[in-house]
Amino acid sequence: MEKFVQLVIDGLSTGSVYAALALAIVLVHSATGLVNFAQGGMAVLAAYVAWVLTNQGVPLVLAILASIVFSFLLGAVLERFLMRRFERGDPDTAVVVTIGLLTLITGIAGWLWGYNNQQFPSLFPLDTVSLLGVSVSIRSIGTTLVIVVAMVAMQALFVGTKLGLALRAVAINPQSASYSGLPVERLLMVGWGLAAVLGAIAGALVAPQLTLTPGMLDNALVYALAAVILGGLTSPVGVVIAAWLIGVLENLAAVYVGFIGFDLKVAVPFILIFVVLIVRPQGLFGRKTVVRV
Amino acid sequence: MTLLELEDVTASYGPVQVLDGVSLSVPENGAFGILGANGAGKTTTLRAISGAVRTGGRIVFDGKDISGMRPDQVAALGIAHVPEGRGSFGDLTVRENLRVGAYLRKDRKGIDEDIDYCLDLFPNLQDRIKSNASALSGGEQQMLAVARAIMSKPRMLLLDEASLGLAPSTAKNVYDAIRRLRLESGIAMVVVEQNANLAFTVVDDATVLETGRSVLTGTSAELKGMDEIRRAYLGG
Repeated sequence: MEKFVQLVIDGLSTGSVYAALALAIVLVHSATGLVNFAQGGMAVLAAYVAWVLTNQGVPLVLAILASIVFSFLLGAVLERFLMRRFERGDPDTAVVVTIGLLTLITGIAGWLWGYNNQQFPSLFPLDTVSLLGVSVSIRSIGTTLVIVVAMVAMQALFVGTKLGLALRAVAINPQSASYSGLPVERLLMVGWGLAAVLGAIAGALVAPQLTLTPGMLDNALVYALAAVILGGLTSPVGVVIAAWLIGVLENLAAVYVGFIGFDLKVAVPFILIFVVLIVRPQGLFGRKTVVRV
Repeated sequence: MTLLELEDVTASYGPVQVLDGVSLSVPENGAFGILGANGAGKTTTLRAISGAVRTGGRIVFDGKDISGMRPDQVAALGIAHVPEGRGSFGDLTVRENLRVGAYLRKDRKGIDEDIDYCLDLFPNLQDRIKSNASALSGGEQQMLAVARAIMSKPRMLLLDEASLGLAPSTAKNVYDAIRRLRLESGIAMVVVEQNANLAFTVVDDATVLETGRSVLTGTSAELKGMDEIRRAYLGG
């Protein structure tokens, strides 16, 4: 039993890492209608900015705040000067551009800071506390809490605020949105900026655990996309729950299902995706899109 | 008092000239019809007013030259465009669609009152207020598109083929509501229609476009009396 609880709690902790990135993907999708594959790369860049600042003696919290501001500007600038050229065209083209952007950003980070693993200081102490008879690191609890706050904030933004409504409207039908007086281009910039901020938070949370490298989030991005498909592209709460589910099931399967083991546990999210896409293609929590013709 | 004036407006998509000098004038509280066949430039005329296409010539609204403005700036001046194809926000509920229409307004109470007014004008929407717009029928989506435009409290409404793809009785319902809206609110209108009979139930004056140019302009009564109009647009 103790082992089981420990596995679940560890799973939730890794799941939170996927959740952070998945939330950023949902945010940019809700605000622009695109899946942004460069989300992980942008988050890594933000983490490097924070890392460089801490090396200069800037306190960690300030460094992370600065990287958040940097990310907002980076997101807005990328939208304004790069993505805008592709927004009116085929969405597939824009998605491919984001894949190119991921490669480019990773390359730039490697060129500037090298490919060696760098130690990134942790926001939370590394001590453990005892919970239900198992030891849990305060860092895991902290990471999970920040993710929950981000999820609630995002849900509130999209459902409860005028800005959120405007962002969604622009993503669905920019032409019609402009006829209602929405400043489409400015809203798209804000959407990209906000998603980059979320990415920066994710980067700062996971960098201590994964150690900082240009490809730090490549794996996590795969899991995050799995969570997005499982949870549904339209549901912040859904993707967070899906990310936790992936983290926990992956751990449990590795230990309790003999033929999977630790070597095959990477397959768990893909098996889940496979089943969900067959049974419930809109995701576990996503809204079904009905199109009438 | 003239509210909207188009002087010799031209527009092209790439090398193709779509508007070849359209002029028209709509008085305050007036309703003006644009009739014509497919490809005559009716929709492009509305898109020109909204700033959705680049234009030559002059477009003056309320004494102000608005040519070259962005669609959201034109909307902010009080021109609400009900686009061809209805332009619904499919993943948003009917209520959310109406709230998007009211984006530029800050008067919470007035917005709620206007939502009630829209639901009174289009009772069909009342039952669907929490449905996603994509789940509505074509007629309901058209009503939602008009309602969304009303929500911006416009001084002028641009209506693009509100009858397109609707059953005749539904199209008539939509136009009955538009006529009632005009009587009750005094919002000026530019009405683009292929179905001239429906347009004449709302507009005072109209022009007939052919290949991007007005070939005939007159009052509803004058145009209805002309043989060539009857043959071409009124079905006999």
